[in-house]
Amino acid sequence: MRVKIENLTKRFGDFTAVDHFNMTFEDGQLVALLGPSGCGKSTMLNMLSGILPVTEGKIYFDEDDVTNMPPQDRGVGLVFQNYALYPHMSVLENIAFPLEIQKVPKAERKKRAMEMAALVHVEQLVDRKPSALSGGQQQRVAIARALIKSPRLLLLDEPLSNLDARLRLEMREEIRRIQVKTGVTTIFVTHDQEEAMSICDRIVLMKDGVLQQQDGPQELYDSPANLFVANFLGNPPINNLHGFIKDGAFVTRDGAVTIRYRNFPKELPEGRRVILGIRAEAAIISNNDTHDFTSVIKTRYTMGKEELAFLNLGDQEMRVYLSNEHESAPGSEASFHLRSKGVFLFDEETGARL
Amino acid sequence: MKKEREARYIFNRPLEPLLYLIPFALGLLVFTVYPVVNVVIMAFKEGYRLSGNFKGVGLGNFTYVLNSADFRSAIGNTFIYVFTVVPIATVLAILIANLLNQKIKGIAIFQTAYFLPMVTSSIAVGLSWRYLFNKEFGVINYVLGLFGVDKIDWLGATAGSAPWNIVVVIIFGIWNILPFTIILLLSGLQNIDPMYYTAAKVDGANSTKIFFRITVPLLAPTIFLTMLINMISTFKVYNEIIPFWSGKAGVLGNNLYTIVYYIKELFYSKQQLGRAAAASIILFFIILCFTLIQRYIQKKTTY
Repeated sequence: MRVKIENLTKRFGDFTAVDHFNMTFEDGQLVALLGPSGCGKSTMLNMLSGILPVTEGKIYFDEDDVTNMPPQDRGVGLVFQNYALYPHMSVLENIAFPLEIQKVPKAERKKRAMEMAALVHVEQLVDRKPSALSGGQQQRVAIARALIKSPRLLLLDEPLSNLDARLRLEMREEIRRIQVKTGVTTIFVTHDQEEAMSICDRIVLMKDGVLQQQDGPQELYDSPANLFVANFLGNPPINNLHGFIKDGAFVTRDGAVTIRYRNFPKELPEGRRVILGIRAEAAIISNNDTHDFTSVIKTRYTMGKEELAFLNLGDQEMRVYLSNEHESAPGSEASFHLRSKGVFLFDEETGARL
Repeated sequence: MKKEREARYIFNRPLEPLLYLIPFALGLLVFTVYPVVNVVIMAFKEGYRLSGNFKGVGLGNFTYVLNSADFRSAIGNTFIYVFTVVPIATVLAILIANLLNQKIKGIAIFQTAYFLPMVTSSIAVGLSWRYLFNKEFGVINYVLGLFGVDKIDWLGATAGSAPWNIVVVIIFGIWNILPFTIILLLSGLQNIDPMYYTAAKVDGANSTKIFFRITVPLLAPTIFLTMLINMISTFKVYNEIIPFWSGKAGVLGNNLYTIVYYIKELFYSKQQLGRAAAASIILFFIILCFTLIQRYIQKKTTY
């Protein structure tokens, strides 16, 4: 099902949690609502589910205007952050509960709940109470319960935040597997960029209730619309170098280092204050005479297959990856090339991409 | 270092901690342990008097009490009382607690109103209830009269109306334990995570369904707790009898014997201390039995 949002706004008193949001979630996609805490992503999810009333704007499920429709009529499956499994019911009863409300006959209820349990791989646990399940198993049960009424839209609120690191990896792949298998349009909320990048078809990045950018994960990473997007995605975080434009090149704010880059936009006004974003993998040691900038290697940390080095650029620092073979000792000077990907110029004041 | 020194300090003066325990232990000994032990001993002394004299040792007190018609009627009345008051009060309290758990204006006024009985003396209130239940000019008969109900002789001026007596006591008993039950249930309700309601609502459950399928089961531990406490306290029904017939057990003087009332009669009026003690021990075992049954059921329903 396609979900279309028009001018969606939510205000709590004076506080605007979601601000004139426009976007379309395509049918059958897995979309992440990503952003720092307090950016309005959960508010957005709750408006989609119908739990929260909308202040302004419209929500369409396909052609239906569901803006004022109560949650139970929207056909959404909702997975809560802490799962909200009913502690007094067995796993099977939990999964079958939405059907129980729809007054589906007991035998069919059980049959469908068992199918659902099999889909999320908890068929061995159906007689247990939720308290006897691990976090990951509870998560699976919660997803099964959300899916059993064949919702048009599956919503997951921070589905992985209550799991430990290992389970998180496992469950995010599970969510992807289940989503692909059922083909249900799925929107999930997360503050973890890695989580969003790894399993989503699309990422919707929000900040302070305002849409920053929405695109495929790789597109978002390769072509951020502004400084916030560039900073939010990627680990280690992108380097931010403050400086200004001089003769078409970037000069650090203390004038110590000049960086020339072939892909800088033409006709940059002289002296404009900018921030240069360079991803850690975008700078590579130059083995010949040509280079884009030179710098002093301050420290090196081994990461296993490669090393992370800190460079001094005047009064600023920068992280880059070095291959293990590279032998420059800390304190020595090295020259670097910039790749064609992962280098961006932003306006210092507005953060807009130049 | 410091810990070590402390440890040595206590080790060197092993009696000092005991010294601090004495005030409490003394109170416990004098006011709890001694009476309990004494009651047990008394129950086996036949013809025991306050002076300390007794005729012999044996089960005579128990056989007397168990064969006493008054005691049997006391047990009957007490059971009727407990098994009407507790279930009715529990159901009412669940409903009222649910209403008080809503977010509506002026809820504090309602909450205070419902909790008022807790801070009033049941004897004093009972005395005023006597007028509410008055056959000729009581409010209750007046209100019932509006619905065409004939005047009921609640408090029974005649022998024929004696069966109504227990109804009055039951209503009063329910009123009495209601606030305490509501408080406990209300706190139980407030401990239920609202996300369960949200989850059920999204799944399309209406409020009746939510109440019976979510609220009540999640409240079950608290419900059991209140039932247990209420059962123990209502088995000891006595105060609720006193105000209506000037201290007598019902209009006939003996038709509303309860176990505790019977014990009090034996003890004070008849000065048969051994028999009163035996009756107390029987009451203790009745309460113990029901407590164990209740605990057993409760264990089976926890999750």
